[in-house]
Amino acid sequence: MALRVDGLTVYYQSLRGDVKAVDGATFGIDDGEIMGLAGESGCGKSTLGKSLIRMDARMRYVSGHVELDGVELPIWDDAKMNPFRFVKVSIIPQYALSALNPTRKIGHMATELLASRDIPPDSVLPEFRRRLELVGLPMTVLERFPIELSGGMRQRVVLVLSSLLDPSLLIADEVTSALDVSTQRAVAELLVEFRNRGFVRSMIVITHDLSVLSQIADTILVMYAGKLAEKAAADMVVDSPKHPYTNLLLSSLPEVGVRFEEQRLAGIPGRPPSLLDPPTGCRFRDRCPLAFEKCGEEPPFAAVEPGHSAACWKVAA
Amino acid sequence: MLKLDSCCKTYRVGAFGGGELLAVHDVSFEVAPGEVVSLIGESGSGKSTIGKMILRLLRVSRGTIRFEGTDISALEGRQLKEYYANVQGVFQDPFSSYNPIFKADRVFTMLRHAYFSELSASKWNAKLESSLDAVSLNPGDVLGKYPHQLSGGQLQRLLIARALLLDIRLLVADEVISMLDASTRIDVLNLLGDLKGRGLGILFITHDLSLGNYISDRTMILRRGCVVEMGATPLVFGNPLHPYTKVLLASVPQLHTKWVGIGDSARRRPDDEIGEGAGALVEIEDGHFVRSTESTTLT
Repeated sequence: MALRVDGLTVYYQSLRGDVKAVDGATFGIDDGEIMGLAGESGCGKSTLGKSLIRMDARMRYVSGHVELDGVELPIWDDAKMNPFRFVKVSIIPQYALSALNPTRKIGHMATELLASRDIPPDSVLPEFRRRLELVGLPMTVLERFPIELSGGMRQRVVLVLSSLLDPSLLIADEVTSALDVSTQRAVAELLVEFRNRGFVRSMIVITHDLSVLSQIADTILVMYAGKLAEKAAADMVVDSPKHPYTNLLLSSLPEVGVRFEEQRLAGIPGRPPSLLDPPTGCRFRDRCPLAFEKCGEEPPFAAVEPGHSAACWKVAA
Repeated sequence: MLKLDSCCKTYRVGAFGGGELLAVHDVSFEVAPGEVVSLIGESGSGKSTIGKMILRLLRVSRGTIRFEGTDISALEGRQLKEYYANVQGVFQDPFSSYNPIFKADRVFTMLRHAYFSELSASKWNAKLESSLDAVSLNPGDVLGKYPHQLSGGQLQRLLIARALLLDIRLLVADEVISMLDASTRIDVLNLLGDLKGRGLGILFITHDLSLGNYISDRTMILRRGCVVEMGATPLVFGNPLHPYTKVLLASVPQLHTKWVGIGDSARRRPDDEIGEGAGALVEIEDGHFVRSTESTTLT
């Protein structure tokens, strides 16, 4: 098991109290696994991803352990995490343009980045060029500023830069969301290719788009309001979801071929609870069509069948 | 109702406006009452430019846009105000459409000053309530709130309600649901479908093919400012003929079917291999037009 996350709890500090963005996340990722992390905005998926590499100033570590390749990651200590960042754990942030320094040419930026980690640039730059070529970028990008590149090209540059030192874990946060369909497909396929070529050992792909995950992920973890809702192999989540939230979410996605006149899809009524003061028990209770008395107690995130976990009393084994 | 006739738009680009960028090239189409026409294209294809030209936010460089037979580029003053009573737009980002300093219902107050200043308060309230009802919002939930207190779906529905207050006949919906969460976006989409049933014409601008397919009667695929394929939605999606349409459809992630040849680096960036659509639009079957290219085999 490459990554083990055990009871990870991370809160945001705000003037009105703690926002319980990630509450007791427990899961594991195998070597070579691409895990998709899905959920709606504000469900804590980006917070979970970020807390594995760098907590920003508003985030507060509460409890839990993270183990990567048998070594505990000191995620609560910003300075102690430094040796792991970029080398062992790497991230592709949500907005590629803001990830790149606008005042540096791409080649210059790569050299600076390596120098900041005391890595002699000459040992890695040939590999950097080779990988840029592999993702279909011309060598002239090294002499370009980020603003001169299109969204898809920037995303590819960031992908190559982030995975340059062959990290054990790559966190890809909404990398395909701002792209057009054909570019989205190209970038999504590159993620798979980078895993297949061993540039990255395992990956967490964070997105709100379940249909992209069903294409590229091995397993899918669905979050709702700071809690884990369901985790299973991608096909199982898409074809036979157990948690009512996953089920409703999937049924609200229009697919090519579904037409308004013939088949009217429905959304999920209501909105997610505030995480400032989340309700006790199952957090999906108020919007759930299957809710009954027992949902007042919190359902455990437990295996319902081999390789399939869900947090719901209705499906608990 | 609305008719575009060989519309072109060129932008001035470069330091002194010396360069020209052809954003929209020779686009002609019509929108009838009770019809949803979707305009599908990638970023930079000119789809939003077309929407803005219809809303008179941009001037047309060449060609004409007619609404009920009147050329809209000549409208001024009272006539323009009357035009906006018939045609309204809703845009992508509901969070930046509002002024965060004021309460969200200020959009209604401003509308009342401009169009309904003679209406009595009770009549206005009744009108407001019926239009909020049409977008399935509860007045108590949304009136008197600031934008940050409302969800994206609620804000977007408020904007649609604002457009409905005017008894509009054409709505330009520019990426209205792209920013919304999956669980709420379908409700806004269904709302547009219901409004269509009441005779509202909708120009639905999107980059998401599955949403366009779900809601629209007719579809136009744009590429680099040109219409490459247009026709009834079932024809365009069921029998795509232009290579670009085929590439787009093959790239849509589907839940239960995997992409063909995943991770095969040989077919990267297939977009560039498609020839420029320099040919003319050819009618292949009833109302299904495709722009011919060298590589297209039209059967």
